[in-house]
Amino acid sequence: MSENKHDIAALKAGHRLLKEFRYEKRPVVRGYNMRTLYINVDTLEIREKPVSQEMKQKFVGGKGFDLKLLWDAITPQTRWDSPENEICIAFGPVCGNTSYPGSGKSLVTTISPQTEVPIDCNVGGHFGPYAKFSGWDAIELQGKAREEVIVSIDGNEGVVRIFTAPHEAIDSHVLAEQLHEMFANSDRELQHVSTVSAGTGADHTWIGCLNFSYWDKRRHGVRLKQAGRGGTGTVFRDKKIKALVVKFSGLNSALNQPQDLATLQQTGLKLHKEVITLDQSQCKMRSIGTAHLVEIMNDYDLLPVKNFQYGQHEEAAKLASWVWKDFFTQNVPDGCWFGCTMACAHAVDNFELRTGPYRGQKVTVDGPEYETVGGCGSNPAIFDPRAVIEINFYCDTYGIDTISFGTLTAFVMECYERGILNKERTGGLEMTWGNWEAALELMHQMARGEGFGLIAGKGIKYMQTYFAEHFGADYQFLWDIGVHGKGLEQSEYMSKESLAQQGGYYLANKGPQHDEAWLIFMDMVNNQIPTFEKKAEALHYFPMFRTWFGLQGLCKLPWNDVEPADNAKYPEPNKVPEHVANYLAIYTAITGEPLDGPGLILQSERVYNFQRVFNLRMGHGRRLDDHPPYRAMGPVTIEEYESRRDRYDKQLLEKQGIDPAGKTVEEKIALHRSYREKQYEGLLDAVFKRRGWTMDGVPTPAHLKAIGMDLPEVLEVVKPYQ
Amino acid sequence: MKHLKTDQEKCRGHLHCVSVCSKLYFKEDNPEKSAIWVVPGEGGKYTLIACTQCGECVAECPTMALTVNPQGVVMLNRALCIGCLACVGRCPIGAMRHVPGMATPFKCIACGACVKVCPEKALETVL
Repeated sequence: MSENKHDIAALKAGHRLLKEFRYEKRPVVRGYNMRTLYINVDTLEIREKPVSQEMKQKFVGGKGFDLKLLWDAITPQTRWDSPENEICIAFGPVCGNTSYPGSGKSLVTTISPQTEVPIDCNVGGHFGPYAKFSGWDAIELQGKAREEVIVSIDGNEGVVRIFTAPHEAIDSHVLAEQLHEMFANSDRELQHVSTVSAGTGADHTWIGCLNFSYWDKRRHGVRLKQAGRGGTGTVFRDKKIKALVVKFSGLNSALNQPQDLATLQQTGLKLHKEVITLDQSQCKMRSIGTAHLVEIMNDYDLLPVKNFQYGQHEEAAKLASWVWKDFFTQNVPDGCWFGCTMACAHAVDNFELRTGPYRGQKVTVDGPEYETVGGCGSNPAIFDPRAVIEINFYCDTYGIDTISFGTLTAFVMECYERGILNKERTGGLEMTWGNWEAALELMHQMARGEGFGLIAGKGIKYMQTYFAEHFGADYQFLWDIGVHGKGLEQSEYMSKESLAQQGGYYLANKGPQHDEAWLIFMDMVNNQIPTFEKKAEALHYFPMFRTWFGLQGLCKLPWNDVEPADNAKYPEPNKVPEHVANYLAIYTAITGEPLDGPGLILQSERVYNFQRVFNLRMGHGRRLDDHPPYRAMGPVTIEEYESRRDRYDKQLLEKQGIDPAGKTVEEKIALHRSYREKQYEGLLDAVFKRRGWTMDGVPTPAHLKAIGMDLPEVLEVVKPYQ
Repeated sequence: MKHLKTDQEKCRGHLHCVSVCSKLYFKEDNPEKSAIWVVPGEGGKYTLIACTQCGECVAECPTMALTVNPQGVVMLNRALCIGCLACVGRCPIGAMRHVPGMATPFKCIACGACVKVCPEKALETVL
């Protein structure tokens, strides 16, 4: 093995084995292990739990298994830092195949410090497939360790170990590298290791994320993909877990023991060819990745600028795709799991840091992805690409979610610009628009657990109350401009002019993340879903369809970030029918179970409703929890109205029949607000009806029965709300 | 770079090349398992497809199982291959071959076995 960068012997000298658990290695059959791994880092109990046929049928896998395990592990009183709260990581039956692009995802679930309900994240890297082929359909981590520990799974030997780890780093870019070196016995084995870790930022904030690693053979270095949203890393670090490590050798295309390997391969090959030939003229995922969206969003007035006030900026070109293309190195396709020819995981190499504890070091930075550019670039008006890359790097290594950090930084900056905050209140940080040095210092404070960083690191919802109580700020105004739902900061698209997207964001079970539905073009640009009923149908189909990726261990991107050349000629091209057929084919090829379109939606609908009821069980999950802040719906301030005055005046006339002439801007804002809020209530009514829920947003027993999710414990939760 | 040069005009479709190739590498006479592909076309013409050693697949391989040897031939290390078939998808001429259900792909390494058996002299190994 080539020379180590870290003194592995010294790190290992600090280890003390706390528990060793040997298990029988068994092959995966038709995509399932039919067992999960339970680990308690406090009591040191480790055991395997069987997966019943009922669990498989009702919850399918991935996020479904996560939620089922989490439900059984906690009570309605459990909060994020309760010892019984769990980090659940699951994989899904399709996960780990090397044939179809986007098949390497892990699903992470926990009770979020931000929302007090389950958060779920879909994350790449090699951990999921390696853990699955090591013998497990899901892993539960419960309890709080008494000292810093690492949990390792050796899938080659069939051993799980918990050991103390006093000397390893906490920040992920160092820790992941240490652990890859520690667990690999040869250069070749570096690619057989994967780690899960957080960072010092997750120690002190509620927006901590988890980094899932993979060894990049060409770069000879570690890459990190994030389970970003809702504080997964915060819970992980609260349990004093430094890392979870898996080692597995012997990957091949048949490890799921698929029923029909040939069909799996041929379906994957068809998509490989499609991606390789068409991506260049479509989304450019292979060369740029999701950052290709920046200029498109700016053109359509959808790129968040200055805390979602505006959707465009004259300096947006400084953050456009061609800028990132020049920064990205390697320039061969970069995938986060084998067989993903979409390969959108780009990186910047030899990036010299200008701030913080690693100042002067040259590092590899994963990304930036579109969300990071929107959140840490345009939204706080930081139009310096090097600053965005540096924020991206520190977010990752500190274990901080770039979306929450970006959105909350934009909120802090707006509060600063409007006088709600000042230098005294921020402890000297000059949080003016575009001040990237202040934004980075805010993040370094989060990592050090100091100053204003401790307040901001708890998220916008916490800050709203804090600013009102401590600084006498107007709570209603803070509520209007703080762009979060259920406590989770919104991701980086402007939803003001798309009612359907407001629903897509704020009805989402976990909070306003776009992975349930992205309907802006269908709704606002192409006007394909003009009525409440059509919007409700879209807000039924797409969230259910997209939930399915999380049940299977799949990535959403290869579904519609490339489309067959003739996609437009089919009915409902937005659903990308040929790709839906691919998913049905690979599911059946692996599991041997027949599945059709309605069956796919039904699998999702069961889990989706279960998650909704889970929210209810935790004291949320009702209509009142599904409302956006007004900033996400329309113009809050005079400046916002003026920036789109022609459009808003025209809407008053056309949609409400009100002549804007002679009205003050304040009057026009009020008229818009009353109209838009009423529209949103109409949307909720239509969606709840379509989803089989009461007008309070609670699934009815009849609907739960119809979809086969009428488990006694589920019915018991919804009963008082009927 | 060493590679198999084909002259399609000379091909008469005897398929001796296909036969010798599949027998040599897979121990069976099966056109599906030949690294050289003879595709019948109009008017007794044939299209011959074999790896040109262009190397595009090398860049695509996530495990670096594909490398270029000192003679310029793209070689597949089966011990490293995880069977994702990205290389098959990437190959611009369809010369990276795969039989559905088989764990790994295969390709022409310009060994010259087919050259010796072609009665029409349609094949040649060139450097």
